[in-house]
Amino acid sequence: MLKQWVGVSLVLAMALVVGACGNASKSGTDASASGEGGKAKAITLLNVSYDPTRELYTEFNKAFAAHWEQEKGQKVNIKQSHGGSGKQGRAVIDGLDADVVTLALGYDIDAIQKAGLINEGWQQKYEHNSSPYTSTIVFLVRKGNPKGIKDWDDLIKDGIEVITPNPQTSGGARWNYLAAWGYALHQNNNDEAKAQEFVKQLYEHVPVLDSGARGATTTFVERGLGDVLLAWENEAWLSVEELGPDKFDIIYPSESILAEPPVAVVDKNADKKGTREVAEAYLEYLYSEEGQTIAAENYYRPVLDSVKSKYQDAFPEIKLFTIDELFGGWAAAQEKHFNDGGIFTQIYAPK
Amino acid sequence: MHSSTSKRGVLPGFGITMGYSVLYISLVVLIPLSALLLNSTGLTWEKFWDVATDSRVLASYKISFLTAAAAGLIDTVLGLLIAWVLVRYEFPGKGIFDAMIDLPFALPTAVAGVSLTAIYSANGWIGSLFEPLGIKIAFTPIGITLALMFIGIPFVVRTVQPVLQELETEVEEAAATLGASRFRTFRSVILPELLPPLLTGFALAFARGIGEYGSVVFISGNMPMKTEIAPLLIMSKLEQFDYAGATAVALILLLISFVLLLLINSLQRKIRKTAK
Repeated sequence: MLKQWVGVSLVLAMALVVGACGNASKSGTDASASGEGGKAKAITLLNVSYDPTRELYTEFNKAFAAHWEQEKGQKVNIKQSHGGSGKQGRAVIDGLDADVVTLALGYDIDAIQKAGLINEGWQQKYEHNSSPYTSTIVFLVRKGNPKGIKDWDDLIKDGIEVITPNPQTSGGARWNYLAAWGYALHQNNNDEAKAQEFVKQLYEHVPVLDSGARGATTTFVERGLGDVLLAWENEAWLSVEELGPDKFDIIYPSESILAEPPVAVVDKNADKKGTREVAEAYLEYLYSEEGQTIAAENYYRPVLDSVKSKYQDAFPEIKLFTIDELFGGWAAAQEKHFNDGGIFTQIYAPK
Repeated sequence: MHSSTSKRGVLPGFGITMGYSVLYISLVVLIPLSALLLNSTGLTWEKFWDVATDSRVLASYKISFLTAAAAGLIDTVLGLLIAWVLVRYEFPGKGIFDAMIDLPFALPTAVAGVSLTAIYSANGWIGSLFEPLGIKIAFTPIGITLALMFIGIPFVVRTVQPVLQELETEVEEAAATLGASRFRTFRSVILPELLPPLLTGFALAFARGIGEYGSVVFISGNMPMKTEIAPLLIMSKLEQFDYAGATAVALILLLISFVLLLLINSLQRKIRKTAK
């Protein structure tokens, strides 16, 4: 009797695992091949990226593969891997054979450089700080904006609940935090103490700190928690597109941070595998008319002027400050704000 | 018993099986654990102490151990009940019911976390029933405990079930004919036999709960000092590329767990001895 059911439960369990894996691969780290590979001459490229770029690179990889084949007559098979930016960076350090990395923040690529896999000066190698597309932080609110949220200072009003992930575990959340800090700094004549007070109050309005950006989106959208979600511009548009424009509105604050997700060739891996030429061409192609158009179609702000002007209606002009201007780069920001003992952790320290 | 020459067992092969066991334990358990230690380059005593006494780290240990213990205890009671029903009664659909017990093993924990949060959050099926009473389940320690209960229940059922199956109902009947009340029969006849597997089940569920990450991060809300579990803190330190700090948190977690499990195991052995 029991034995019979062991068999049944095994089959059931396996069916479940297969089913669940199908689901999980949508949200977790996954590597998927695009383009048709397998030919002897074909070359394989691995792009290790962060979470929200999945759709962008699926499309871009097809375009680049076609372009490369036309140009060089060689098939290129591009694999992509997605996950939290920091986690992806660590995977590359620990030996994931990435030819190129396209991550959420320079800090994570810096860490790969420190591990000796990427040459110094990577951020000057391509235009615009090696960031072929940019984004910013905007507010996603419930349809009709019932709480009348217009700008950062509305977030700390009584009764407003803000959803944003934990900056210590999420790269995207660091941009949210820094955007709020920058706003407060500009509002208070660069008074750091006041900025700190603002950010502290802001996080007192955060009921749940998800560990990643997609988790925070789920909390806001599916669980119905909170009045406003701090989100990447591209994630916000994607949410609106996927969930229906009748449910959410996007609010652009008076100013925000210019998020520059950088790209780099992983020199050591590319040289070892002999893929440097195609890896460099891959990243350069991101700056081409076609690459920029794909980025814009996926709600990333393009940097190429011709594409920029074509999509200017899609990306409202707001005042944007960079992390270098205000924080002196990622390393400094990380040290001061997010490392243990930093300003963010002090918010939650017991008095 | 301890050497193959002094007392020969019926089956030969102590040497080779022992060697195999040691090799296997080394490959599967010891080497990964020592890698944890080796990874701690830059972990000085000072740093270790700083991390170990940090109030946020301490709070996360408290959350992790308390919720895991609560979930383990509840699972022990519920698991005994489930095992009892499965062993002692026949009913339609029993096979399916029995198979379902193992589902928490098979389900990716992240999926469990997401679905539990969906059910228990303020707008979920169950969460919305408690919301008017002012009870929040998701994003509180209650939510964490629920997730850990879900993860841990098969451990208790599957350890108690076989022992219960071996128990002969004749013994209980004998106790009854000798005039023992139902409660007395349970307390003096059944429970002593079941105590060791219950303890093992509790220990397994508890240990699993301490290390659980995937399901908990979705339902806990991850608020520092309130609902932040120790494994999340490890992840957050890794995110800062602070390998030493992460190792320190992990080491302490491991140490406390090991001591607790050792205690439970020796307690179990004691019970077994006195029962015989």
